[in-house]
Amino acid sequence: MNNSQLPPSANGFLNNPQNRAVIFQVLALMFVVFLAFYFANNMFDNVEKRGITTGFSFLDDVAGFGISQTLIEYDDAGSTYYDVFIVGLLNTLLVSIIGIFFASVLGLLIGVGRLSSNYLISRLSLVYIETFRNIPILLQILFWYNVVLAALPSPRKSFSYLDSVFLNNRGLLLPEPIFESGSSAILIALILAITGVFFLARWSKKRHDLTGEEFPLIKVSIALVLLAPVLVYFISGQPISAEYPHLKGFNFKGGLTIIPELLALMFALSIYTATYIAEAVRAGIEAVPNGQKEAAKSLGLKDHVILTKVVLPQALRVIIPPVINQYLNLVKNSSLATAIGYPEIVTLFSGTTLNQVGQAIEIILMTMAVYLTFSIVISLMLNWVNAKMAIKGR
Amino acid sequence: MKLTKIALILGIASLAPSFASASTLDQVVKKGTLNCGVSTGIPGFSATDSKGVWKGIDVDFCQSVAAAVLGDPAKVKYIPLTAKERFTALQSGEIDLLARSSTWTATRDTSLGLNFAGVNYYDGQGFLVNKELGITSAKELDGATFCIQAGTTTELNLTDYFKANKMAYKAVTYDTSGQTIDGFKKGRCDAVTSDASQLYGLKLKMDDPNSVVVLPEIISKEPLGPVVRQGDDQWLNIVRWTMFAILEAEELGVSSANVDSQLKSQNPSIKRLLGTSGKAGENLGLNADWAYSIVKKVGNYGEMFHRNVGKGSPLNIDRGLNNLWNQGGLMYSMPIR
Repeated sequence: MNNSQLPPSANGFLNNPQNRAVIFQVLALMFVVFLAFYFANNMFDNVEKRGITTGFSFLDDVAGFGISQTLIEYDDAGSTYYDVFIVGLLNTLLVSIIGIFFASVLGLLIGVGRLSSNYLISRLSLVYIETFRNIPILLQILFWYNVVLAALPSPRKSFSYLDSVFLNNRGLLLPEPIFESGSSAILIALILAITGVFFLARWSKKRHDLTGEEFPLIKVSIALVLLAPVLVYFISGQPISAEYPHLKGFNFKGGLTIIPELLALMFALSIYTATYIAEAVRAGIEAVPNGQKEAAKSLGLKDHVILTKVVLPQALRVIIPPVINQYLNLVKNSSLATAIGYPEIVTLFSGTTLNQVGQAIEIILMTMAVYLTFSIVISLMLNWVNAKMAIKGR
Repeated sequence: MKLTKIALILGIASLAPSFASASTLDQVVKKGTLNCGVSTGIPGFSATDSKGVWKGIDVDFCQSVAAAVLGDPAKVKYIPLTAKERFTALQSGEIDLLARSSTWTATRDTSLGLNFAGVNYYDGQGFLVNKELGITSAKELDGATFCIQAGTTTELNLTDYFKANKMAYKAVTYDTSGQTIDGFKKGRCDAVTSDASQLYGLKLKMDDPNSVVVLPEIISKEPLGPVVRQGDDQWLNIVRWTMFAILEAEELGVSSANVDSQLKSQNPSIKRLLGTSGKAGENLGLNADWAYSIVKKVGNYGEMFHRNVGKGSPLNIDRGLNNLWNQGGLMYSMPIR
């Protein structure tokens, strides 16, 4: 192209498309930064004008209210808002982890069941998915809460098992293990057993690669992990005792209590999320070409070996990305617990604490940061798993 | 390029929200309605009746302010709020006045950027239990589980009371008073604790109101009153003197029934109240007949109490502390002069 044919201004710095692209991006960025700064400034201005206290010093103040489930030591009259924050955070984490576990197990079973050649199993799985997927999660939480409360008896008429496990409308009561001196040996035994299983797994894989011989890894592992601590428990003179719940006055005292709010939330979240996971599992399995299964069959492999060794490893690549989304949704949905009074971070911190302290901006920001952190951590972990599972370039 | 940027900045700066500076009175007059924050349903205080009309002593207070400022008690927009939403709604300017049985405490008054304008109901925290428990005193509640509404002073008082009496308790905290009583009905807790006045309302919500009892102990002071934003003294004065006007009217025997004939009264106090002499209305930035308008269209404090929570209502609560000062109560109007 001949430059002299273009009008003179077209040769300028601004008319170069690359320069233009950079300039407009810089301008757009400046605009966004300016807007953010402007709104933040405005916010602080207004907060100050209205005489609302700001800052995070409230975290050191005594909270002074009771919480129905605390995983750390919490004293109604002495603990601070910071402790409340931690209690809420751990409670959210607890219900999320339990929910993710059960949703995954249930989702896998239902997803595989949906493809089963057994008519009844596949139809039941379909009905399950279509029912629970299409009812809003908040309604399901309220439903399970009402079911749990309505179906269970009062403390004085509890269902009991061997006088040590009780079930009533105040929750599920279990004996609480008391760890005495010497119990650390059991923990060490457990850790050793798990490490042993790890090395055993590597050895058996190596042997399988070399010789093709199968080693009953799962059975041996379970036996090792169970037997080692039990053996040490008896050798070291039974250093763990249990504190049993017993009825005193209105309620049970002692033991571990799983509150009905947790039970209801756990049911609702797992059952709801499992439907989506099941669909992801089905999609993943259907994505594996039929030829793979036929090839495996022609090699004479058994059905369950085909599923675990040929189909699932390939299906996982398709399954993991949508399942990450479902895990994230489950964590975020746990905030709906505020409707049934489960003491998670939204109820405790941006509910009660916000009302006692009144510093909405700081408290909501902290709560948002909690969910953001949880979500990013889950996302990173599963992305790592996904990268491990991806087809290796050959 | 530079010019565009400067113009952009100027353009945005001119959009700066100015709501912080405009006076609440001007805004309310301009809008023609009063945005009043009420509860999501506390019988006797603020709740909708079977026809969906808001009724209650707090609702009457909203109407009184609307009658004083706008001359029409119907010009109120009711905004139902849960306990934990209420102060944020006021801080953010969503409502002009909060009349939602809120307890006046030092923390709330000093650190939230809010001001309490007075007390329209002196309350105290009590307990509601099932009759079949056979309990007659709160001292017997050691180890009990309580249903409480989140974000209330109730949560804090309960801790104090049990600590002082060396007893243990468990709390289940719900979002709204409806969920709280629901939890109690289903047996999730042994007792409900809340302001005593609310317990009478909750009792009526039970399937069989006679299956529960309100224990005699009152464990805290709960002065409930209207709240406004800090920094607008004129609006604070209007709300505060609305409260005093309805008390003064009762004390002087001026009611919605006789207010027209009282206009001819020669009693100097009544003349100042009803604006036939003195400058009370003008000084507040309102019409001279502001208090006349309140009493004529809404009523005096005694009437409000009677029809909403007193003998003329299903709650049937005694005047007690809420009687006038010269009849053994705490209700006392500063002199209007």
